[in-house]
Amino acid sequence: MAWLQFVLLLGIMTALVVPVGKWLHGVVSGERHSAAERLTYRLVGIDPDERMDWKRYGLVIVVSNLASLLFAYLLLRLQGLLPWNPAGLNAQAPDLAWNTVVSFMTNTNWQAYSGEQSLSYFSQMAVITTFMFISAATGFAAAVAFMRGLAGRSGDHLGNFWVDLTRITYRILLPISFVLALIFVWQGMPQTLQGYASVTTLEGAVQRIALGPVASLESIKHLGTNGGGFFSMNAAHPFENPTPLTNALHILSMLLLPSSLTYAFGRMLGNVRQGWVIFGGMLVMFVGFLVTVYSFEQAGNPILSRLGADQTMTATQAGGNMEGKEVRFGIAQTSLFATTTTAATTGSVDSMHDSYTGMGGLVPMTQMMLNNVFGGKGVGFINFVQYLILGVFMAGLMVGRTPEFLGKKIEAREVKLVMLAVLAHPLSILGFTALAISLPGPLASLNNPGPHGFSEVLYAYTSGTANNGSAFAGLNANTLFYNVTIGLAMLIGRYLTLLPMLAVAGLLATKRRVPVSSGTLATDTVLFGSLTVFVILIVGALTFLPALTLGPIADHLQMIKGVVLK
Amino acid sequence: MTLQESSVRPVPLSRLLLSSLRAAVLFTLIAGLAYPLLTTAMAGLMFPNQAQGSLISRDGQAIGSAVLGQNFMAPQYLHGRPSMTNKTDGSGPQPYNAENSGASNWGPTNAKLSEAVRERVAAVRSENGLSATASVPVDLVTASSSGLDPDVTLASALLQVNRIAQARSLTPEQVESLVRVHLTPRQFGVLGEPRVNVLAVNLALDARQ
Repeated sequence: MAWLQFVLLLGIMTALVVPVGKWLHGVVSGERHSAAERLTYRLVGIDPDERMDWKRYGLVIVVSNLASLLFAYLLLRLQGLLPWNPAGLNAQAPDLAWNTVVSFMTNTNWQAYSGEQSLSYFSQMAVITTFMFISAATGFAAAVAFMRGLAGRSGDHLGNFWVDLTRITYRILLPISFVLALIFVWQGMPQTLQGYASVTTLEGAVQRIALGPVASLESIKHLGTNGGGFFSMNAAHPFENPTPLTNALHILSMLLLPSSLTYAFGRMLGNVRQGWVIFGGMLVMFVGFLVTVYSFEQAGNPILSRLGADQTMTATQAGGNMEGKEVRFGIAQTSLFATTTTAATTGSVDSMHDSYTGMGGLVPMTQMMLNNVFGGKGVGFINFVQYLILGVFMAGLMVGRTPEFLGKKIEAREVKLVMLAVLAHPLSILGFTALAISLPGPLASLNNPGPHGFSEVLYAYTSGTANNGSAFAGLNANTLFYNVTIGLAMLIGRYLTLLPMLAVAGLLATKRRVPVSSGTLATDTVLFGSLTVFVILIVGALTFLPALTLGPIADHLQMIKGVVLK
Repeated sequence: MTLQESSVRPVPLSRLLLSSLRAAVLFTLIAGLAYPLLTTAMAGLMFPNQAQGSLISRDGQAIGSAVLGQNFMAPQYLHGRPSMTNKTDGSGPQPYNAENSGASNWGPTNAKLSEAVRERVAAVRSENGLSATASVPVDLVTASSSGLDPDVTLASALLQVNRIAQARSLTPEQVESLVRVHLTPRQFGVLGEPRVNVLAVNLALDARQ
């Protein structure tokens, strides 16, 4: 039944690629502004006809993000004075509030706080839900601007950020989120402004039940690949994910826009095959990772078997390593969720990744290290194109020709910018991890001994840099050191990828198109797609295998040997 | 792709900053207030029960939520999964605390995990009169992710049938058939895993007497 679920959900995703891709392309390339959009431009005070080159587009992204950041920081710090705070929660401390706003602005959704204990209903809506729209639309807009540059139809102009932001929010994100939220409520997700409920259980105890406007946050959380949960335990909490259907919808809505973006890109280029090659490369890696995590988690933990826990799959139980997992999802849906959330840079979880087997936990970590399997709005797609350019460059070196990508010559400047983006990512992950584990203070935050403890730190900086937000959540990350350094990692991961790649797009856009000749390396073929996947895996392995060996791989070997650590 | 032709008119940074602040406020009003409030209103009209947390009442008193687990220790009730949630002020364990969801986050080789599983296996065996070597379904001795898992597997429910029957002076067959009635199959026959909602079974058990 596991395989049937995998085939079914990935089949639905693939079937939606063409219609949704066409729709996305129409939204971002249409000429007409709707009445609501024109009103928005007037209220904001911008000119929708301004055409932005890459520098301008990048500047507007940075300045507008900064403004949202400041405004949201203010709202969080004033939480105690604002309405809809039935639990009477105080404002977050300054370093925690900084970490929260950076996290949500960069689409990371790392949470050093627990939702039901730290945020009022007002903050959940006005800060968190708002950011989920803005940061998703920003990333999406950047990806679209990047594509326009590559398609090179509009000189050095990459579009208008305000128009992209508004259209993506109004035409795509808001309507889908609204419909999804209602389906979620039907399945059992709360959506209310009333205070926490209090019930008397069958055994006579008092159970206080945290409620809130959950469904409206959950739908955009996954559609926008944000990932920050309403409650501490995120999509594992039955109120965030009451049934297998909501779990499947969470998974599909995470994949919907990133996967369709590949097709929209193909249409924009006038070369649909190029889009499919990118989609295919991503899908192959996705399936490989999915099968890995499923196999290891289903096989279970031999230490627990020796203690008398039955982890086999039988007619009456699904079995597997069930520590930190929910019965309604079992191993199959949990594996699919974990693979999706780290592929699509979402970062929500419906299980605790910290309690996975070593090799099971390696999968989410590795996907964030590669950071380009589907990817969320923006960075994921852009990262894949980084590697396409790198692939073209390497192939060019091998055969001794000037590399070309989409009819444009790839020269020293572009390759330098690509390398800046490619190197900033591991530098942030490995540099901050090394710093944290060489200081005594940060080590006190570990929840697990041995290699698994090292994995907790490695996972934290990988997640922050990849703008993912999931965690090996045992790590106590709400300390000054982690709040600040993970905040920095999130900023590096977001803007040192986005800005150099926008620059590449801007540079390519102004280059003259080289006519296709017999010497041109075709980039829309299965052969080239395979080469790119190969480049991604080799570069990833060379960079991260040493760290992975110290963490999850050592962890797994110890587990097989039955080593128990105090 | 091309927007309407017009010349690039660079806007000074101060005006850009002002527009950005206005946009921040406007989008907060639309996406952060109008959208969730409209959703709340619609959800309240269409699904009033679920929107308020799917609360269940018995004799006019709210006794729990249909989608959340609650703590069961007494022998006459079906027991749910171990829960690692803490008291709301964090001062110690309180299983199934629905205002402070939580998990163990113990890794596979952590001694705390093996100790906990060893104790739980022993407890399940003695409570249910099993032999000292009987294996126990994994979900009944490992903590869930939310600490509020409302379900157990069919294997875990069937294992408890004899104990419940004895405590309630019913036959094991009566209890087993009641458990099987409350077996939720995979959704649409494909999605998720078959499961037994613990609170639903216990409500039905109480209603029988």
